[in-house]
Amino acid sequence: MKKVYAFETKCLGCGLCEVYCRTAHSKFKDVVKAHNRDNVISAIVIENIFRQSKPISYFVLQCRHCLSPRCVKACISGAMHKDEQGIVHNDKKRCVGCLSCVSVCPFGAIKKSRDCKTISKCDLCVGYGEPLCVKNCPNDAIKLLDENEVEVALK
Amino acid sequence: MSLSFDIPVFEVVRNEKRCIQCQVCVRQCFNSVHSYDEDDNVVCTDDIKCVNCHRCVTLCPTRALIIKKYPLEFRENTNWTSNAIKEIYKQSQTGGVLLSSMGNPKAFPIYWDKILLNASQVTNPSIDPLREPMETKIMIGRKPEKLDFDVKGKLLTEMPPQVELSTPIMFSAMSYGSISRNAHESLARAATELGICYNTGEGGLNRDFYKYGKNTIVQVASGRFGVHKEYLSAGIAIEIKIGQGAKPGIGGHLPGKKVGEDVSATRMIPVGSDAISPAPHHDIYSIEDLRQLIFSLKETTSYKKPVFVKIAAVHNAAAIASGIVRAGADAIVVDGFRGGTGAAPTRVRDNVGIPIELALAAIDQRLVEEGIRNQASLIVAGSIRNSSDIVKAVALGADAVYVGSAAVIALGCHMCHTCSTGKCNWGIATQEPELVKRLNPDIMYKRLVNLVSAWNHEIQEMLGGMGINAIESLRGNRLMLRGIDLNEKELKVLGIKYAGE
Repeated sequence: MKKVYAFETKCLGCGLCEVYCRTAHSKFKDVVKAHNRDNVISAIVIENIFRQSKPISYFVLQCRHCLSPRCVKACISGAMHKDEQGIVHNDKKRCVGCLSCVSVCPFGAIKKSRDCKTISKCDLCVGYGEPLCVKNCPNDAIKLLDENEVEVALK
Repeated sequence: MSLSFDIPVFEVVRNEKRCIQCQVCVRQCFNSVHSYDEDDNVVCTDDIKCVNCHRCVTLCPTRALIIKKYPLEFRENTNWTSNAIKEIYKQSQTGGVLLSSMGNPKAFPIYWDKILLNASQVTNPSIDPLREPMETKIMIGRKPEKLDFDVKGKLLTEMPPQVELSTPIMFSAMSYGSISRNAHESLARAATELGICYNTGEGGLNRDFYKYGKNTIVQVASGRFGVHKEYLSAGIAIEIKIGQGAKPGIGGHLPGKKVGEDVSATRMIPVGSDAISPAPHHDIYSIEDLRQLIFSLKETTSYKKPVFVKIAAVHNAAAIASGIVRAGADAIVVDGFRGGTGAAPTRVRDNVGIPIELALAAIDQRLVEEGIRNQASLIVAGSIRNSSDIVKAVALGADAVYVGSAAVIALGCHMCHTCSTGKCNWGIATQEPELVKRLNPDIMYKRLVNLVSAWNHEIQEMLGGMGINAIESLRGNRLMLRGIDLNEKELKVLGIKYAGE
């Protein structure tokens, strides 16, 4: 299964992936509207690694779509589910905002929404063809790869 | 501190309706022009720090930014322009020499734009390069006076070493130190894929790049940084740099802050020490001294590598070139006054040297008249902007051209002229790890390959139009050129006729 991988050696920490992730998951498909009128949050998060208060490296965090996802097990309403392709989804209609998934995710890759009524997580932008974070990364630091391709890329 | 007279050069205009406070501009501007105000949830700008590199404009996801010329005017005066006034403010504040980057920006004539090319009509057919063979391959190096063959047609003459180029374009000397490792890698990989050469510049060659040796020209300049036997043998040719078009008669200075571990090891100097290239080579004070250096380098590399000599285009370029050929150089490189640089004193950049078009025509003419044109190839540099400049250069007598500025523009340079600050937001002229990262060689080498391939196609088209099927047949063919808007003297130096003649 193909997943989104981010390469620290290439990541600039510019934050464009976050901007486009928010846009992709907003009901508005326009960047400006998605940010000004919608309160979705990005499912991809850049963490800065600081040295002497200056960011020296960036770590991009997003759902790993685990083989045996703890978030799915912990979900009290059945909103979290793994589809036949292995992608972990959150069914917004079922989600009750208990945030159990947020607390059990070992990577901290699930974020609560601004109003705390639901969560935000990577769904690989199914329906867009290519995840928007991958498509819009200015330095090719984020890639959609399967396990074999990742091994090649890391060499 | 007393009052500063500094005024911004550019104004950053933010369309507040489109700004989403994503802060991409804040994170990407290394000059700290943009900042985020948490209290008011707005992104603010400090115009005075802006150098107009377009990094924020290019990355802004909503196209909310525009950079404009700062609208503050001085009272109109053709003599005391705003630039002249600002330079005085700056020097009276700092007491220092003005520094600039890139080539001469002044409104001197650009002769390439006053030369027109010919095309075949009726009497001789033009050639379609998509259907018929078209040769752009060239060989750089000394050519023998004549060729001897045995009865079976086998070549008996021993050929001096040659460098084969798939197209008459090479990437100019830009040292590792002045440009980043990633920029250097992009040039090396592109040259290898294209079958052309790139030049190490005077900063030595990192061992990681020895694998691109067949497409590398190693430079020996006055600082002799990183020069050792292995380095000299690592490339396909050696270039002795006497001068540079952007700053003829001036040495170089790489500030100590750019000399990190890797640059220090490559240049063979201590970490953090300034790398100062003297104005002259301290062992060259005459043509005879140059000959000694040429032959020491040839001796070191067992006469297997051609030796180029690079000079800036100056007033007596033709006589100097003749001396260089007689000193034993296999190729002369002439760099015109528009050639780029990481840093040069502004007065030198703007006032020293001559246009490459005139220097090229004069040198080729002189070498032909003296009957020594075959003894060395002629390579020109100094703001070759496109493929038609190359075709015109070849028709004026050049074997090949070096492109530097065009290559860095392909790598993302937006010509903001602030290379010397070391804060290149595009990751080219910098050693800051965070900025170097911004230039991904995997993406950028392809852009260089695209550029040169595109130019090669265009060269073939223009050659075909003239009914010529090999670039070798165009060299020095000045009948293919006509001048426009030039005076008698200019036409005479260029050796071309006026349009209509």
